[in-house]
Amino acid sequence: MSNEEEFQSIMDEFRDAKKNASLFCKGASERGDVVIGSFCQYAPTEIIRAAGFYNVILCGFNYDPAVPLAETELPANLCPLIKSSYGNILGKTCPFAFYSDLIVGETTCDGKKKMYEMLQELKQMHVIHLPNVPDKERSMEGWESELHRFKEALEERFNVKITDEQLKNTIKTLNKERSYNARMYELGKLDPPAMTGVQMRNVLTAEYFMLDEKNKAVKSERMLELAKQLWDEGKGPYKKDEHPVRILVSGAGLDGVLDKTINVIEELGAAIVCYEGCCGIMNMRRPIDENDPDPIHAIADKYLEVPCAVMSPNARRFEQFRNVLDEWKVDGVISITVHACSPFDIESRALEDICNENDMPFLHVRTDYSPGDEGQVRTRIEAFIEMLQAKKNG
Amino acid sequence: MNYVGIDMGSTCTKVIVMDESQKIIFHKVMPTGWNCIETAQSILEMLEEQGIKREQFKCVATGYGRISVPYMDKAITEISCHGKGACYLFGEKDFTVIDIGGQDTKVIEIAGGAVKNFNMNDKCSAGTGKFLEIMAATLGLGLNDLCELSRESKNHIVISSMCTVFAESEVVSLIGRGTEKADIAYAVVESIVNKVHGQLGKIAPKNSVVRLTGGLCEAPYIIEAMSKKLDTEVKSDPMARYAGAIGAALYATAIK
Ligand code: SF4
Ligand code: SF4
Repeated sequence: MSNEEEFQSIMDEFRDAKKNASLFCKGASERGDVVIGSFCQYAPTEIIRAAGFYNVILCGFNYDPAVPLAETELPANLCPLIKSSYGNILGKTCPFAFYSDLIVGETTCDGKKKMYEMLQELKQMHVIHLPNVPDKERSMEGWESELHRFKEALEERFNVKITDEQLKNTIKTLNKERSYNARMYELGKLDPPAMTGVQMRNVLTAEYFMLDEKNKAVKSERMLELAKQLWDEGKGPYKKDEHPVRILVSGAGLDGVLDKTINVIEELGAAIVCYEGCCGIMNMRRPIDENDPDPIHAIADKYLEVPCAVMSPNARRFEQFRNVLDEWKVDGVISITVHACSPFDIESRALEDICNENDMPFLHVRTDYSPGDEGQVRTRIEAFIEMLQAKKNG
Repeated sequence: MNYVGIDMGSTCTKVIVMDESQKIIFHKVMPTGWNCIETAQSILEMLEEQGIKREQFKCVATGYGRISVPYMDKAITEISCHGKGACYLFGEKDFTVIDIGGQDTKVIEIAGGAVKNFNMNDKCSAGTGKFLEIMAATLGLGLNDLCELSRESKNHIVISSMCTVFAESEVVSLIGRGTEKADIAYAVVESIVNKVHGQLGKIAPKNSVVRLTGGLCEAPYIIEAMSKKLDTEVKSDPMARYAGAIGAALYATAIK
């Protein structure tokens, strides 16, 4: 198999990961293995996996049939991610929720909190109390004790013991997994980038659903190696003398609007070189301290730094955002937020201010999972890219 | 060689033809109708009648129907085209363009003759030409009559609904209550002006140079009301409804 073919076959495996994961979960469930569903970057995967459980993601990214169904119980003007997630569980259209023995939620935004309260009637739930102030002095103690509670709840419910040793091992494994993502983002630093933003997105989403951790590690490592090799040989996604305009994408709920946004950006000739947000570079770059004698403390310390807009005030996110603009030699920023997501919508304004200070072109796209605005969203993105191209190519 | 710019908007389609020296030699505005491809075809026939044959021109299409012009050489968004067209029309390089279109309202910041920033109103039609059109129809007036009638308003009332559908029922109930037509017309215009002002937000700093393009370029009262609200003299030009098409024709001159 040539390098190109091998790279392609890994990408195909990533693409199919979610499909295959539902079969995997079915098997796991039949074997009596425990599957834990979660929604958010704040869910402490380390603790779940240290217990030997599988962790799957339940965020809904589809409109039909989930959103219309959810709207029979939830208000229509609610964030589509929340509606879609709830609708998929209500209508049993999410296999991962179906096979989950327990669902973990965190008190992030109001919509999610209230949705979790309703979910309690449909599934076994454990809600972790997440502080809203990311300041360690003020919040660390409570947060850490919430993680202890969560660990104890798992132990009790499933009759297992989660040792420090196990936690420390899982911390190492997950640090490694994050480092794959961080290294993938590094490939976006090259000019032209060695991976497209669409490819990066596929990998990121896929990795949540690659439940066989050994296979995931092997494939991720090999994919990174191959991407760099292909780039060196001039066989990357762009020709060597091509210099597409470089976009940083920021926001939340993106996976439900990929076709309208991410795919359109690259179809129009721009390159997404990095992502900012909870699955973005900053979260992947920051490992958990492996030398901390208290693993729960180490986990808590990292998770409080997730750059999510539910935190207030969110100075850390803005500082990191500034750095990314610089490091990735970004030509323009596109902030994508979904309707009714107040936290990210409002913080988008702060990102815009930072961009203005740095003379960095900025576009805020507000959209939804529902169809109907593809044309308008496309026009905005297209005009923005034309503007950047005119600036870059004189 | 001639250069054709076609701006296919949601309501009207504007056509501009330029010669080698970038002089406008033909212009025409027509309703877009419901079938963009047919409209494009009829433009081709119209140009032929003018002696402008397909082999002899380059064509750039813009506007929401830009990809529905089968014979265009290139499609470019209305933001870029309006920016370029406005620079040509007003002979300026640093200013803000407000384009009140049928389906959306755009604010474009031009710096050094290039687009520097822009925004477009979201999904709904508040603050667009469509809003004015619907309100005028509800009042049984033409667009221009509505604008001019606003001048005669003695009691300044406001329409509080931003949404066109709700605003329409608000207008209907005002009519029902016997409110003066002129006062309602005033409220309608104010509502547009306020919406545009909000959209201008951060893009146009105070006292910047503002130019209006689009179908309202010959509505003096709108321009006056806008100037007052923005605290700067807003100018337009009878040809400003063609700004997008002019920009498109200019882009066509660069096609090899
Ligand atoms: S954006 Fe925030 S709330 Fe949403 S998944 Fe990410 S961390 Fe959780
Ligand atoms: S996208 Fe926004 S509103 Fe929706 S769940 Fe995430 S933080 Fe909450």
